[in-house]
Amino acid sequence: MQEMTLSTMLAVFEEIFGRGLFWIMVALAGLVTLAYLYVLIRDHAVSWRKFLWAQVSMPVGAVLAVWFTMAMTDSQLADIGGPIDLIVLLGVAALGAVGAAILVYTVQSLVWPPSEES
Amino acid sequence: MAAGGAALAAAGAGQAQPVPTNAKIVIIGAGAGGTSLANRLADRLDGADITLIDPRPQHLYQPGLSLVAAGLKPADYVVSETTDWLPSGVTLIAETATAIDPDARTVATEGGQTVSYDFLVVAPGLVLDHDAIEGFSLDMVGENGIGALYAGPDYAARTWAAAGRFAEEGGVGLFTRPATEMKCAGAPLKHTFLIDDIARRGGNRGKAEYIYAAPQGSLFGVPIVAEKVRMLFGDRGIDTAMQHTLKAIEPGTRRATFADKDGFDVEMDYDYIHVIPPQRAPDVIRQSGLSWADKWADQGWVECDQYSLRHLRYDNIWALGDVAGVPKGKTAASVKWQVPVVEDGIVSAIAGMDPTETYNGYTSCPMITKVGRAMLIEFDYNNDLVPSFPGIIAPLEELWISWLMKEVALKATYNAMLRGRA
Repeated sequence: MQEMTLSTMLAVFEEIFGRGLFWIMVALAGLVTLAYLYVLIRDHAVSWRKFLWAQVSMPVGAVLAVWFTMAMTDSQLADIGGPIDLIVLLGVAALGAVGAAILVYTVQSLVWPPSEES
Repeated sequence: MAAGGAALAAAGAGQAQPVPTNAKIVIIGAGAGGTSLANRLADRLDGADITLIDPRPQHLYQPGLSLVAAGLKPADYVVSETTDWLPSGVTLIAETATAIDPDARTVATEGGQTVSYDFLVVAPGLVLDHDAIEGFSLDMVGENGIGALYAGPDYAARTWAAAGRFAEEGGVGLFTRPATEMKCAGAPLKHTFLIDDIARRGGNRGKAEYIYAAPQGSLFGVPIVAEKVRMLFGDRGIDTAMQHTLKAIEPGTRRATFADKDGFDVEMDYDYIHVIPPQRAPDVIRQSGLSWADKWADQGWVECDQYSLRHLRYDNIWALGDVAGVPKGKTAASVKWQVPVVEDGIVSAIAGMDPTETYNGYTSCPMITKVGRAMLIEFDYNNDLVPSFPGIIAPLEELWISWLMKEVALKATYNAMLRGRA
């Protein structure tokens, strides 16, 4: 690898997913993040009931992310061969967990605003 | 010229301003090197007349052939259209270059066109000399236990048909490599490792004997890597027959003939054989007097400076990619490092400045050791390991992340390179 600039990284990701799909995914991730911030600001509080469900979804998100990565790359858990592999695997799981939590919390907040909560 | 020099000097660190010129640049070959260079020159130069000469309508992502030949990707994984990658404003002549006259500065094509140039880049790739293996022809690939993955996407897929059968049924597998310089010297090893792993997964490895037969004295050109591969072969139960050069096969009796180090014939029976023929520069290079006279006489690689890639006798000609007569570098990763050097050489020549970029022999090989693991091996002319991620990705460890790079990021990086963006 000669140099790892942001534009190189973007070019590589565009090639992995296709330019259209990549930017749609970026836009979706951005939208969910914005929606998350929106409900936090709108509600002025974290709903611990919703947060509980978000937490429950985290292991599911982690497992799904790892499964998706393994399936897409002809890999299996036995291929983990060194520390960096474990770090990457945990990183994938963490991303899946956090992504699932944010998604679940945001969807709950949008569907059931605080006024409708019992 | 002066304006060009000023523009180049002014470019400095930021976004480079295109250098105005009316230079005629001809690139023979629209493979990884030619296409990538055309895109970068189109960005760097304003008004240049850039012509590519290449008869093949398909562009081949050759690093993917090993995956196709192990049944991990379909044949079309490596195929795209040559024209998909070319910038607007360049001319593609879809014909074979048949003659180069470096004194008159012209290139002749099989269709009878004569194209003149100010600067010439020879990047036609190399020729697989299948006829050099007596008894072998490409129509045999996929049948009778014969594989030949270098020959192209369809042959790689047919190689998997034969190799997959061997992985199930077992027997004796012979994995060869040629005596000449070759594209990606890791590929013969990868094929051996992958078919071994697939046989293991199917529970059929006990029925098979694996022999890696090569003309060289060691398993890899870089000593520290050769030692690592030797250890892995020991671990996997893969035997070696070093200093054995494949001469002939008899498909009917499934028998291969090798020449040993003393030139004596050695016969070996096989149930599967992977044939990689000798590799040479295309005839047009050798017949045009561009080849080394005193090196690689039977192969004809272009005589060029190994750091600037500029021809040693014609200062307006550069070699790029497989055809370059340099000690390392017949991989796509090498091309990625060579292209900026040739680009800098041409743009500097146009601008009347001294080039600053040099090629250090950088070659990279994600050496697959099983499905799901690889070693990210990178080295230079000195046989030094030059890891891109020192302390993070160990070059001589079988790692999942190195496999991920090959499987996910490599083609994307390659495509970005073709577009001149990586």
